[in-house]
Amino acid sequence: MIQAVNLQQLHDAYDLAVVGAGPAGLAAASSAANLGLDVILIDENSAPGGQIYRGLGAASVDRSRILGADYEKGRDLLAALARCDATYIAGAVVWMISPDAGVGISKQGSSRFLTARRVILATGAQERPFPILGWTLPGVMTAGAAQILLKTSDLVPDRKFALAGTGPLLWLLASQLLDAGTPPAALLETSERAGLRSLPPFLGFALSPYFIKGIGLMRRVSRNIPVIRGVTELAAEGDSRLSRVRWRRRGGKPGSLDVDTLLIHQGVVPNVNLAAAAGCDLEWDDGQLCFRPRTDEWGRTSNAMITVAGDGAGIMGAEIAASLGRLAALDCASLLGRIASTERDRLSKPIRRGMRSYLRGRGFLDMAFRPSDRFRLPRPEAIVCRCEEITGGQIQELLATLDASGPNQLKTYSRCGMGPCQGRFCGLTVTEMIARHRGVSPSQIGYYRLRFPIKPISVAELATLPCSPQDVKAVVRL
Amino acid sequence: MFRRSSQEEAIVTVFVDGQPIRGRQGDSVAALLLANGQAACRTTAVSGAERGPFCMMGICFDCLVTIDGSSNRQGCMAPLQEGMHIETGLGKTEVRS
Repeated sequence: MIQAVNLQQLHDAYDLAVVGAGPAGLAAASSAANLGLDVILIDENSAPGGQIYRGLGAASVDRSRILGADYEKGRDLLAALARCDATYIAGAVVWMISPDAGVGISKQGSSRFLTARRVILATGAQERPFPILGWTLPGVMTAGAAQILLKTSDLVPDRKFALAGTGPLLWLLASQLLDAGTPPAALLETSERAGLRSLPPFLGFALSPYFIKGIGLMRRVSRNIPVIRGVTELAAEGDSRLSRVRWRRRGGKPGSLDVDTLLIHQGVVPNVNLAAAAGCDLEWDDGQLCFRPRTDEWGRTSNAMITVAGDGAGIMGAEIAASLGRLAALDCASLLGRIASTERDRLSKPIRRGMRSYLRGRGFLDMAFRPSDRFRLPRPEAIVCRCEEITGGQIQELLATLDASGPNQLKTYSRCGMGPCQGRFCGLTVTEMIARHRGVSPSQIGYYRLRFPIKPISVAELATLPCSPQDVKAVVRL
Repeated sequence: MFRRSSQEEAIVTVFVDGQPIRGRQGDSVAALLLANGQAACRTTAVSGAERGPFCMMGICFDCLVTIDGSSNRQGCMAPLQEGMHIETGLGKTEVRS
């Protein structure tokens, strides 16, 4: 691996640009480089690993003990990157991909473009919006945030704190914090648990590697942490900081706890902003309740230059993500003439075989931890758009009076989704609210129209980009 | 509130609103603020409500701070650098002449 420390060290052109250095990106970049492609791996964080293997390269023995054996699995991917010939740049944001695969990159306040013959997006997942009352109060954070603090800074929540929501990550975090000697005061479980015993998906799950691990973990957490199940209402309260979490259980039984930190989570969803802005068609996934780029078996999208690999194309977990990264690399090597398609097919067979056992359990996980309607659709007083502070009630009002046909129209009416996060924490909520109001599927409503730059860059930075006399003329109109 | 689970040290000194604060190599600005007991780092432009780090992975834009004079920087995406100046409290931007 050749590490570039600044943008000047990059070449003008590469065979393949890989965006994101999580499991999918690491596997894609190293596999493609080993197949003879000239690869640039661009990542926003300061070290490779993505969120799941965040901080792994610098992890102490003690931190690794807390995070468990699955965290250590990432070492093979880090080693594969270190061994290969790909160029890697850290702390760099890809803010644009033009139709001809011109890649706009920003690092430390300056920008440049490079070109790639093909692009693999491995932008991973983000937390699903969880629009409860008070979720914007300081002290309320995502479960993923707590894991990142643990992985990068050995920081664990202290004193009175609670976990709330649903999903494997919430239980994993509870178990890790138990190991760190700082168990939460309570785990407030919000899943519906409807249809949980549906047989075919459960059988698949029972045969998957997730089964033994998951059951053991949940049993251990249940024994050591007060788990409050069947939570149907949840609110974070406090004046300017979080001071209390209040809930109601099925049957109406209320409860509350004084806490200074509340870690919320109801699953993760694909981080689609870059793919969507690059014009890759999105499709609604009814099982996972989210949008994902429409991809074929190699991760190719509707944009002829772009492949998407890993959780960014649908939530499948780290092991599958790495496999999808390898498949994407094989396909790109074939598209770019490095290997024949027959060779691609031959090399892909063992990878696809290895994915099967992991794929088996996924449907069950999606069903068992399906986030409830009542926590995906907000109460009127709850903020939906964190940036512009638009509430569920305001959106309902606009839907009732102006009958907005989609998220983009609603945005022009209300500024909902117009803030710096560019809809990342309100987009799914808004789409589902409109779909519910109109009585149609979210697939018919669609998502925000996303535009470049997908992350804010300064005007000064834009101004330093090289431009041709024609570019200048187009703007200045001499 | 958050506390460190280990003693290992590689100290970086930065300035938060003018006060010298010791952080660790590997901390982001947002992690340092949380380690320092600051759950909030700014007010919002719309209502003036307090906000602090929420996602820690560059998605939510809640942990915006001013770093070395450059405003609206994501604290969770900025690794600590020795001598860095961090200003909290960023609210509605005033147009200055």
